[in-house]
Amino acid sequence: MSTAPQIGLPLDRVDGHAKVTGAARYSAEYTPPGTAYAVLVCAPIASGRVTAVDAGEALSVTGVLAVLSHLDMPRIAVRPNLVPSLAGAAAHGQSFFPMQDDRVHYAGQPVAMVVADTLERAGHAAELVRVDYAEEPPVVTIEDGRDRAYEPERIFGGFVPGRTEYGDAASALAEAEVRIDGAFHLAPNHHNPIEPSATTAVWEDSHLTLYDATQGPTATRLTVAELLGVPPSQVRVVSEAVGGSFGCKAMIWHHPALAAFAAQYVRAPVRLSLTREQMFHSCGHREEQEHTLELGATRDGVLTAIRHRKLSPTSHFDDWAEPSVGPSGRMYACPNFQGVYNLFRADTMTPTFMRAPGEASGMFVLETAMDELAYRVGADPLELRLRNYAETEPGTGRPWSGKGLRECYARGAELFGWAGRDPEPGIRRDGNQLVGTGMATAFYPVYGAMNPQRARARLHADGRAVVETGCSDFGTGVGTVMRQVAADALGLSAESVEVRYGDTDLPNTVAAVGSAGSGAVSAAVHAAGTALRDRLIAQAVADERSPLHGADPAGVRVGGGRMFLADRPDTGEDYTDLLRRAMAFDVEALGEWNPPGPQGEYGTGTFGAQFAEVGVDPDLGLVRVRRMTGVFAPGRVLNRKTARSQLMGGMLWGIGQALLEATHVEPGRGRWANASMADYLLPVNADAPDVQVETVEVEDRAAPLGVKGVGEIGLVGAAAAIANAVFHATGRRFRDLPITVEAVLAAE
Amino acid sequence: MTPRVGRARIPGQAAREEGTAAGPRTGDLGPGPAEIELAVNGTARRLRVEPRVSLLDALREHLGVTGPKKGCDQGACGACTVWVDGRRVLGCLTLAVACEGREVTTVEGLADGDGLHPMQQAFLANDAFQCGYCTPGQLMSAVALLEEGHASDDAEIAEWMSGNICRCAAYPNIRAAIRQVRDGGGGDRP
Repeated sequence: MSTAPQIGLPLDRVDGHAKVTGAARYSAEYTPPGTAYAVLVCAPIASGRVTAVDAGEALSVTGVLAVLSHLDMPRIAVRPNLVPSLAGAAAHGQSFFPMQDDRVHYAGQPVAMVVADTLERAGHAAELVRVDYAEEPPVVTIEDGRDRAYEPERIFGGFVPGRTEYGDAASALAEAEVRIDGAFHLAPNHHNPIEPSATTAVWEDSHLTLYDATQGPTATRLTVAELLGVPPSQVRVVSEAVGGSFGCKAMIWHHPALAAFAAQYVRAPVRLSLTREQMFHSCGHREEQEHTLELGATRDGVLTAIRHRKLSPTSHFDDWAEPSVGPSGRMYACPNFQGVYNLFRADTMTPTFMRAPGEASGMFVLETAMDELAYRVGADPLELRLRNYAETEPGTGRPWSGKGLRECYARGAELFGWAGRDPEPGIRRDGNQLVGTGMATAFYPVYGAMNPQRARARLHADGRAVVETGCSDFGTGVGTVMRQVAADALGLSAESVEVRYGDTDLPNTVAAVGSAGSGAVSAAVHAAGTALRDRLIAQAVADERSPLHGADPAGVRVGGGRMFLADRPDTGEDYTDLLRRAMAFDVEALGEWNPPGPQGEYGTGTFGAQFAEVGVDPDLGLVRVRRMTGVFAPGRVLNRKTARSQLMGGMLWGIGQALLEATHVEPGRGRWANASMADYLLPVNADAPDVQVETVEVEDRAAPLGVKGVGEIGLVGAAAAIANAVFHATGRRFRDLPITVEAVLAAE
Repeated sequence: MTPRVGRARIPGQAAREEGTAAGPRTGDLGPGPAEIELAVNGTARRLRVEPRVSLLDALREHLGVTGPKKGCDQGACGACTVWVDGRRVLGCLTLAVACEGREVTTVEGLADGDGLHPMQQAFLANDAFQCGYCTPGQLMSAVALLEEGHASDDAEIAEWMSGNICRCAAYPNIRAAIRQVRDGGGGDRP
């Protein structure tokens, strides 16, 4: 009679068939008749002024429709103000919009835009636009700007204070029996999803449709509407398929509005696709950062103080730093903590969210220092973490809404084979390789949506259902879990539920950011599914011809496409019978989930344990990751297959963070020097070992449906586990990322 | 690190050189748009393109065949991998006019009617992708490397698949899918 629960099952992706056949449509793949192509001309200098723009030669190219610069670009309606997209409002990537005046604030800033009838002509003409500059010496790197540092009041789009403290870290450090002090440097990183950002803009009278690659169709709508000064109701955003993001499509950058302006100007649909090089200076990055971490502990390694300071460059427009010092104040039971951010104004664009923004960097620093402390006091690294296990939230003493870290440590150690590890560094060999193992803790905050989340569920008379929300699926699998959540709410098989998403014409959900997407969307879908179920049951019990007539609705269950009495399952009827009798072709319900707001009574977080084994070739400086194990407690897992893939992908990102990924600044010019996928090293297939991933399901009392998300936690701690394994292999401690061949080869 | 090794041996690089060098005619095309014919997934398609138009842009922008993806347009990511006369090429580094009269196969041509190719089924069953943007290129490489006999073990698969970057890092699942097809498992659930 009933249907087995679908939530949790490892179902194949709903969009899988479209993605393996090439049928899935990404934003640059909508080409209405007459579509023109826009190509950006970007500043090769990091600071200065545009002194002249000569478009004459470009305009003489056959097929060129327009060349726009600050001289003739339409003016934006509102000065943009950065607010993180999680807030659900307009989500400008930075408090700046280009081509409004002659000032150049960062290398790669768009200074002109060419529109032509073909991509080749637009690209060729863009090279013929002559722009003259008065260049000024740029300040871009920490070395350039160290002397200009200041302490900001708030960072991260206003979400995070510039300084956090409890207890008295300075005094506790002064009195500590054991001190670990470390200075760390992390290179800038870029997201590099394989799909470059792209927008196709189509005007029909006063209505604008944007096919946009975004984590939040609604965020694109609100942001572009604000910049153009048009009502949001006249802007539709479609994001059927999005080719990865990792944070670079979490905020709304300049290209969607530029495409809309261009389409308005040439009176034709316009596509603006960023080139790979432009992806490095058009949608943010993880900033260069320098950390100082001081740990104070007893001789047994029990923490008495943590002081964590970070210095990083930000733009002229925003006080942005990813909140890297936050985890140090929430991870371990330690009575004294101080975390401080320092920024300096640089000739750079505003950095942005990149997968585990703050945690990936901050936990590398903390977990490297914890490994060092373990060696200093002669404790096993895992045992040291248990000695400092936070039973309640540090600083506040609030109980955790759900934790599960102890279980993650235990299961991870068992899977990896941690027990009996010889701590002695630099003594294991396998052929030419020195072999070592390391571990680290993973922590990621639980972020929640801040505004109502909506979904719609509709049951057709043939017994099939459709569930709809506006969110986009950029590889998270949210579309697939929508199907599972709706199927359970309605008592249907997953195959009977069709999902639609990625369109602002559908009920609104917030941008899927901060690992909060699946929680918010599944809560909305659950609300819609149960609202529809309740409506169907109410209709049945009120219908004299129904076997359920007169029954108490609370005593009716659903399953197998059928409503029936809980205590007499034989008494009931199929949805299809009810609908046909009523001559209804369908029944639908809107569901709304109102986030409860900050859960004052609980401390929240997602936790996990990371283990890695590396082989280091000391002659070649090569570090190879041989195997990884990760165990995480992300609350309720909605789909074991897609969740595993996200966690695994995050862990493998740790290889990039630890060993490969760095964007370099061209000295004296302030431009990115390696803005290509050949020069910015990313993990390839041969870098990625097989990965053991497990989840520990621990109930969470604060998260929607108990879901805490899996998008980012997989990355956190992975780089530290690898770096700690490199120490175990070689006896050398690396505090700068990435750990390059050159660094490994360099003399001690 | 491996990326340099892997990229130096991007599968299809040799094929690309042959493909461009052996273009059937060069002297009578350009600089203006030229009329050419490509056999795309078994169907003859005529189009007018400037000689500078890449095979990738010809497929995506002129013919509406959007399975092949543009990830870098520089031959570094592999998302545009297609077959020309059965051999892998990078569509972004191949000129359309050099493919005149040749058979071009894209991911849209892998399936046999409504039935998925075993590799497509195996990618689905093994969750060998997340965002799906690199997937068409991964599939075209994966099928080709099996046919070429470059899948004897995981290390060989990993090496020969290293010209196709997956930023979602589904690499272990991609290897699992290839192993499954190699071992005759078709695309059934593992």
